[in-house]
Amino acid sequence: MLTDLNLDLSASGKLSNVAPLLIDRPAGRAEAIAEIKISARGVNMWYGSKQALFDVDLEIPDRTVTALIGPSGCGKSTFLRTMNRMNDAILGARMEGDILFDGTDIYKGNVDPVQLRAQVGMVFQKPNPFPKSVYDNVAYGPRIHGIALSKEALDEIVEISLQKAGLWDEVKDRLQDSGTSLSGGQQQRLVIARAIAVSPEVILMDEPASALDPIATGRIEELIHELRENYCIVIVTHSMQQAARVSQRTAFFHMGTLIEAGDTADVFSNPLQQKTQDYISGRFG
Amino acid sequence: MGQRVPSVSKKSTISAGNKAARLGLHLAVIAVVMAAGLGIAMTLLGFWPALTVASLAVAGAGAGYWRIRNARAAATERAHSLVHHHTAYVAMWTGLPAFVLLLLWVALQGPIIDQLSISALPSEVLDGLSSDQISLLLSEIKNLAAGVRFGEPADYMVAAAERYGAWMHIAELAKIAVIAAIGLLGLSYSRSRITVAFRARQGVERIIIGLMIACSTIAIFTTIGIIGSLIFEALRFFQHVPVTEFLFGTRWEPQVAIRSDQVASLGAFGAVPVFLGTILISGIAIFVASVLGLPAAIYLSEFASTRVRGFVKPMLEILAGVPTIVYGFFAVLVIAPAIRNVFGNMLGLDTAPGSALAAGLVMGIMIIPFVSSLSDDAIGAVPQALKDGATALGATKSETVLQVVLPAALPGIAGGMLLAVSRAIGETMIVVMAAGIFASLTINPLDSVTTVTVQIVTLLIGDSEFDSPKTLSAFGLGLFLFVFTLMLNVMALRIVQKYRESYD
Repeated sequence: MLTDLNLDLSASGKLSNVAPLLIDRPAGRAEAIAEIKISARGVNMWYGSKQALFDVDLEIPDRTVTALIGPSGCGKSTFLRTMNRMNDAILGARMEGDILFDGTDIYKGNVDPVQLRAQVGMVFQKPNPFPKSVYDNVAYGPRIHGIALSKEALDEIVEISLQKAGLWDEVKDRLQDSGTSLSGGQQQRLVIARAIAVSPEVILMDEPASALDPIATGRIEELIHELRENYCIVIVTHSMQQAARVSQRTAFFHMGTLIEAGDTADVFSNPLQQKTQDYISGRFG
Repeated sequence: MGQRVPSVSKKSTISAGNKAARLGLHLAVIAVVMAAGLGIAMTLLGFWPALTVASLAVAGAGAGYWRIRNARAAATERAHSLVHHHTAYVAMWTGLPAFVLLLLWVALQGPIIDQLSISALPSEVLDGLSSDQISLLLSEIKNLAAGVRFGEPADYMVAAAERYGAWMHIAELAKIAVIAAIGLLGLSYSRSRITVAFRARQGVERIIIGLMIACSTIAIFTTIGIIGSLIFEALRFFQHVPVTEFLFGTRWEPQVAIRSDQVASLGAFGAVPVFLGTILISGIAIFVASVLGLPAAIYLSEFASTRVRGFVKPMLEILAGVPTIVYGFFAVLVIAPAIRNVFGNMLGLDTAPGSALAAGLVMGIMIIPFVSSLSDDAIGAVPQALKDGATALGATKSETVLQVVLPAALPGIAGGMLLAVSRAIGETMIVVMAAGIFASLTINPLDSVTTVTVQIVTLLIGDSEFDSPKTLSAFGLGLFLFVFTLMLNVMALRIVQKYRESYD
């Protein structure tokens, strides 16, 4: 019955990309009505001969945090990476299906992945600041995309990005220090600031807090909560508590298949599928 | 789940088989190493003494083993250390003091017997002899003792030779007796300490740490010895030639008269032209190597397909295996004429038959593998996470490589460059063949220049005397070459430390 609902969704998505997200369960919530930013249609993905994703259909609304959960190797990271074409570089990776970003298929002919990635930013599991200063880390994206026209404009972008990432107060006096000299939690906020600096519309986060201690994790979660105001956020997480804390929408993957998607509160309190129920209650995974 | 079980059990049997094979391999390797060690010891220290030490160690191991076995069987409490700790403890206490004593004995036996033989000679023979003549006398005695006769030796020489032979014989016997005594002393001491409660593990570990300290000390003292001898000889040189002239003089003409009746100049020992030549040729070489090697490394590690890489990388590394003399041929027969043709005939410039440019170019080609291979490794070691980070920001491949990967790989690349520079500075053969041996003060790459190592070689071959400034100047050059490369190393280490980032 879930597939039926999804078909329903994609039908409406085709008409217009500003169509409100259909509430795919009776007990839907009011906040689920939002503009759809990304929609995946029948996505299949192979690494060599191994199929990693099976016919995934998912709608991702704007200004919402969507959590992708599921056991290791379930395809949630693979799916995340299809959305900014990070799988392109992997040898032997092959994809079928459509990913619509604001209604445009990002895998069709004239879409430049370099341009796409300026709009769809990404934060990784391990903080990966460049071996450059804090300032240069944040300024890197604007520089390569020619966003800032003057030194002052660049300074402003760096400051605003660091402020949005909640890092400005901690680093404003040491912008010239190496980015790698920061603590793990600060580094992760630095790479979030780096992603924000190119003013993307979507931020993909691949287990952004799994390498951090609980306090740093708390700060990142607060940050995600704040960023939700302005961005479409998709987060892969292993921690169901984290998914419950930060997300409004949750999609559960298992063995490359999307089992269930819906409002977070509903997926956690009242899952429609037995597998979801089993995973959430800790019976496997 | 049910499918996994057989595969797991299969895996464990394979790993058990592997384990046995690995253990066998380990034992075989240990046996070969020990046999080789014993062989080397027998060659260097004598067959019987080495055999004595080895048997003592084995006997010690056996004694320790039986002692602890019996002690453990009799004891009620748990033993502190494992059986092999006790075994090794007694074996080490038996073998090591004997071995150290043997080394000392071998080092001191010769000089002591020499001294005895000299002082036993009739005093009128030694009257008025220089130390050189005494050592000549001594080698004559040794020859006689070994049965080599030249003409009719004097009676006192025959007597001395007989005495020498007898002393050597006694010394050999005494050596084995003393070694055996010391070994047995160590054995009985250490064996008496073996009880169940004895902390043999700590004892063994202390001895092993001591051995490692001794090894590193030997390496350090060797270095100090090399520097010391270099400085000593260089100081002798600077008694003939003032340091200031050597460092700042601009004429290098080390030909001096060996005999007073020879016609020769007094010689000039200003090393500036030699060092300038070295820097010029090495500079050209490192320029060529980095201009060709670095892009090759970037292409290989970031852009080339696996097939191209699998073919090109070994081809590049073949360059490192070509003997330098072959590069020399190449420089003389191909590059030097080509340079003469291009710069001399076509551009009308003055071109020497052998030029710094020819030597530098070929040397640069020779050190390409150092630069490209080590840079390739350094680039390959940059974490994928960094590249992903740049890609996810919308950086193109070339932006990623130039702005993120290369800075991150810089310490490794600097290391490769440094290795290449030191290789270039130490290179002799190509320069001899392609750039000449005459030192001229020039930075014109089309001129014939020479380098430090080439000068050292030319100074030390042929008719030479070890107290003429000509020969001694080689040590002066060597000392300054050493200081120069040391400074380069320190500089490179600084760079590497400054830019090193830790990726874990």
